[in-house]
Amino acid sequence: MSLVRIPPVLRQAVGGEREVEVPGSTVAEVLDNLYDAHPAVKAQLQSEDGELHRFVNVYLNDEDVRMLSWLDTPVSDRDRILILPAMAGG
Amino acid sequence: MARSYQDVLAGARERIPEIQVSELAELLESEDAPLVIDVREQDEWDEGHIPDARHVPRGFLESRIAGIADELDAPIVINCAGGARSLLAGVSLDEMGFRNVKSLAGGFSRWKQDGHDYTVPSTLTPDQRARYSRHVRIPEVGEEGQLKLLDSKVLLIGAGGLGSPSAYYLAAAGVGTIGLVDDDVVDASNLQRQIIHSNDRVGALKAESARQTIEGLNPDVSVKVHPFRVDQTNVLELMNEYDLVVDGADNFPTRYLLNDAALMTRTPLVHASILRFEGHASVFHPYEGPCYRCLFPEPPPPDMAPACGEAGVLGVLCGVMGSIQANEAIKMLLGMGDTLAGRLLIYDALSMSFNELRIRRDPECPACSDGAKLEFRDYEAWCAGERGHAEAPVSA
Repeated sequence: MSLVRIPPVLRQAVGGEREVEVPGSTVAEVLDNLYDAHPAVKAQLQSEDGELHRFVNVYLNDEDVRMLSWLDTPVSDRDRILILPAMAGG
Repeated sequence: MARSYQDVLAGARERIPEIQVSELAELLESEDAPLVIDVREQDEWDEGHIPDARHVPRGFLESRIAGIADELDAPIVINCAGGARSLLAGVSLDEMGFRNVKSLAGGFSRWKQDGHDYTVPSTLTPDQRARYSRHVRIPEVGEEGQLKLLDSKVLLIGAGGLGSPSAYYLAAAGVGTIGLVDDDVVDASNLQRQIIHSNDRVGALKAESARQTIEGLNPDVSVKVHPFRVDQTNVLELMNEYDLVVDGADNFPTRYLLNDAALMTRTPLVHASILRFEGHASVFHPYEGPCYRCLFPEPPPPDMAPACGEAGVLGVLCGVMGSIQANEAIKMLLGMGDTLAGRLLIYDALSMSFNELRIRRDPECPACSDGAKLEFRDYEAWCAGERGHAEAPVSA
């Protein structure tokens, strides 16, 4: 199980949790399993054709998955996945 | 049997080799330039010193040397006015384990007499020396660093949640010129976090209110009030007047505009953003590190990016993140330490945890990559999600 950190704007969609445990051996699998458990998250992260929105960053531990193998990046037990949309507040 | 001053000095001369003025002058021109430490008193230093010498009054030598010379075998030349105090200072360093210490024969007097270049430092006034004494005592800052801050110009975008603490600390630190851009007025709902304003200023322009607070705090700071919104027509001219920009904007159009303008003017940008219990901070150093668009190539749609006015923000979170911005700004102005360039700091006030993400320059970055065509665009429309229409950049 990897630990997925949910940003403030998505917390309502996962029942207020700040972190959720999600199974999966790649980033894509983890995201799919996250959507199964919390369908409301899907529309906020993906476009209708199943592509991750460009304004959503996904980090595996402290590295951007764009710099790794994108959605095919392998995920190990106890890895931390962070979903990071930009915030504008000041 | 008591030893006279002459005895002590003779003993010191046996332990510490002396270097002649001409030899030091040559060495300073070479690649093996030694570290020159001037141990005279403040008033002597103020009248002139060897270029690039570091000033440590004799009485503070032992306590401050650690921040100045780290390696015990690094070559050090000590000077005073005539060559006596520097010998005694040399003995102290020798006892602390420094193995390559020399004393300048004849001191600064002979250096000057022989016609070598010297620097007359611009100096802090006695009032400033008192006000900034806790900075001056930090070896990495010192009087030289404080003078740099007094000579620095920082532009703050927003005198709100982030701008309040960052402006406050930059002003207290003696940043000589602070520009405040904000077209908004103080509202009672701001006072839960925007600590630079006060009850009696509700209804006043925020930039003007902040100016009053800063002037009450530190008369050394010249505050420039820019009571308008930054846009494509004014941002470049504004940025060109300042050494760096602290981004405390509260909306995406301004943040993307600032990023592009910072690249165009090559002005470092100190970033932070806040929502509820969470804060982000980074430093964007144009073309040396990643930019805001390397991190976030596109803004989220409005429903994914609520403002603090809708979603709320913990007041003290602004204090933490704004202070981090002030901290990064001061380090950059002084040219010391490691900034957040290439890192995104994420602060979670609820779990009291700081996490760091690595951010890199994106070789495909639409703003700062080699092939990017950097132009202003219609940021308002773009951030409102009118993608098709807004992809076409507009000219400035």
